[in-house]
Amino acid sequence: MFELLGIPPQALFGQLLLGLINGAFYAMLSLGLAVIFGMLNVINFTHGAQYMLGAFAAWLMLTELNIPFWAALVLSPLAVALFGILLEKVMLKRIYHLDHLYGFLLTFGLALIIEGLFQWRWGSSGAPYPSPIPGGTNLGFMFLPTYRGFVVVAALVICLVTWYGIERTKFGAYLRAATENPTLVRAFGINVPRLITLTYGLGVGLAALAGVLAAPIQQVSALMGTNLVLVVFAVVVIGGMGSIMGSIVTGFGLGLVEGLTKVFYPPASNTVIFVVMAIVLLVKPAGLFGQTK
Amino acid sequence: MTGQRTVAIVLLAAALVAPWFAYPVFLMTALCFALFACAFNLLLGYVGLMSFGHAMFFGIAGYFYGHVVKAWNMPPELGLLAGVVGAAILGVATGALAIRRQGIYFAMITLAFAQMIYFFCVQAPFTGGEDGLQGIARKPLLGGLIPTKDDRVLYYVVLAIFLFGYGAIYRFIHSPFGQVLKAIRDNEQRAVSLGYEADRYKLLAFVLSAALAGLAGATKAMVLQFATLTDVSAAMSGEVVLMALVGGLGTIIGPVVGAFIIITMQNYLASFGEFVLVIQGTIFVVIVMAFRKGLVGELADWWKSRRLTG
Repeated sequence: MFELLGIPPQALFGQLLLGLINGAFYAMLSLGLAVIFGMLNVINFTHGAQYMLGAFAAWLMLTELNIPFWAALVLSPLAVALFGILLEKVMLKRIYHLDHLYGFLLTFGLALIIEGLFQWRWGSSGAPYPSPIPGGTNLGFMFLPTYRGFVVVAALVICLVTWYGIERTKFGAYLRAATENPTLVRAFGINVPRLITLTYGLGVGLAALAGVLAAPIQQVSALMGTNLVLVVFAVVVIGGMGSIMGSIVTGFGLGLVEGLTKVFYPPASNTVIFVVMAIVLLVKPAGLFGQTK
Repeated sequence: MTGQRTVAIVLLAAALVAPWFAYPVFLMTALCFALFACAFNLLLGYVGLMSFGHAMFFGIAGYFYGHVVKAWNMPPELGLLAGVVGAAILGVATGALAIRRQGIYFAMITLAFAQMIYFFCVQAPFTGGEDGLQGIARKPLLGGLIPTKDDRVLYYVVLAIFLFGYGAIYRFIHSPFGQVLKAIRDNEQRAVSLGYEADRYKLLAFVLSAALAGLAGATKAMVLQFATLTDVSAAMSGEVVLMALVGGLGTIIGPVVGAFIIITMQNYLASFGEFVLVIQGTIFVVIVMAFRKGLVGELADWWKSRRLTG
C-alpha cells in the first residue's frame, strides 16, 4: 500500500473515523448545551452526567430487563429526559432570575451527586456493552466496523433533525421567539415556562441519546462523561453558542482535528482542542459562529 | 468595626495556640487551602470573575516547588518563589485570553485551560505522571535558622505565609485599586467610560489571584512533601469554589471558614470513599438553593438584623 507522509493509510483513516465518532458526540452534546443555554440561560454542567445516565440506562435495560439496544435507543433518552424535566421543575426553575454562575454551580453539584452515586453503587471500572451490529466491511484502504459507521450517520441525522426542528418548524419558531423575548411570546398566549421545561428535556434527551450511542463503543462507567463535558465546554467556546449549525460543524470539525493530531503528534491529542480554543480566543473572541453580545 | 477587631484578635490568638490542641499537619493543610480559597475569592468576590480552573495554579506551583527542591536540590525558599512565579506566569498567559470573554464563558474557558494543564502534567517529564513527586525532603528555612522537621515549628512558618497572603489580599481590596475593581464588577461599562482600562485591572487581579493560589500550592507541597495530579484536577478546582461558597462569597474571612469546614469534613468522611462526592454535591445544591450568602454572609445578616431589632 502507498503511504501518506510516512503514515500508513490504515492508521490515518482509522484515526479519522475515531475522530469523526468523537466529533459526533461533541456535536450532539454541544448542540444540547447551546439549546439549553439559549432558553434557560443555564450552562448545564450536568450534561456529562446525563450522557452517562443515557449509557447506564441502556446497559441496565439490557442486563436487568433484557431490553435490546434498539428499544433502549428510544427508551433510555426518554427516561433521562423525564428525569431532567423533574430537575428543571424542582430546582433549575427557581434560579433563573439569578446570575448565570448559580446555574453553573447548581448543575455542577447535581453532576457530583449523580456521578458519585453511580460510582458508589457500580464502581469506576467500566462495563462492556455488546455491539448491536457486529462485523464490518473492508473498504480497501481501511476496515470499517459497521456499528461505528452507523454512529456517525445516526449522529449526523440527529443533529440535522434538531437543526430542522429549531430553525424550520413552528415549534422551533416559538422556541426562538421565546429566547428573544419571553414576555412578548407569553402575551401571545404561549406557555413559555412549559416551553422552557420541554427545551431542557430535549437538551438532556440529546445528551442521553449520545450516551446510548456511545455505550457499545466505550465502556459504560460512572465517570465516562466527566472529562467529556470539559472538552465540550471548550467546543462551545470555540463555536460560540449563537448558532445551531455552528455547534454541529464545530463539533465534527474538532473531532477530526483531534483524530489528525493522534496520527501526526499523539502526545498533543488530549490538549489540541484547548489549544484551538486559545487561538480562537485570540483571533475571534466571540467564537467562530458567535455574535458579540 | 470594634466587633470585627475583637473577632480578628480572638482568631489570631486561637491560631497561635492551635498546634497544641489539634494535629499540626491538619492545621497546615487547612491553612494552605484557606489561602487558596481566599485567592480564588479575590477574583470572584471582588472582580466578579468566576474561575473554574484555579487548581492549575495551585497544582503547578506544587510541582515547581517539588522540582526545584528535590531535583535541583535548592533551598525551600527558592521552591516557594518558583511556585509563585510559575503560577503568576501561567496566570498572565491564561488570564489574558480568558478575560476576553465574560460571565459564564470565563468560567468555561478557565476550566478548559485547567484541563489542558492537567493533561500536560500527566505527560510532562518533571511531574512524575501518575505517581507525582514523592518524598520532597523538608529542609531548614533561612539557611538553617528554622528547623522545619518539627511540625509545630513549620506550623508557625505556614501561619506566617498564610497571614502574609491574607494581608496582601486585604491591602489589595482596600486600596484605590480594589475600589476600581469593585467598580468594574458592579458596572464594567461605567468604569470604562470613566477612563479605567477594565481589562488591565482584571488581568492584574487575575495574575495576583494566580500567584497567591501558587503560594498556597507550593506551601502545601512543602508541608505534605508531595505533589500529585489531584491538585491540578478539575475536582480540585470545584473544591475551592465549594470552600468559598460555603464560607461566603465576597466576605474576606468567608473562604477561610469554608476551607476549614471542607477540610475537616474530608478528614472525617475519608472512609466514605465515593460518597464524599455525593455529600459535596449536596452541599453545592443546598447552598445555591437556600443559602447563597454562605455561612459568614448569613451570620453577618443575622447579626445586623438582631442589632436593628434589639
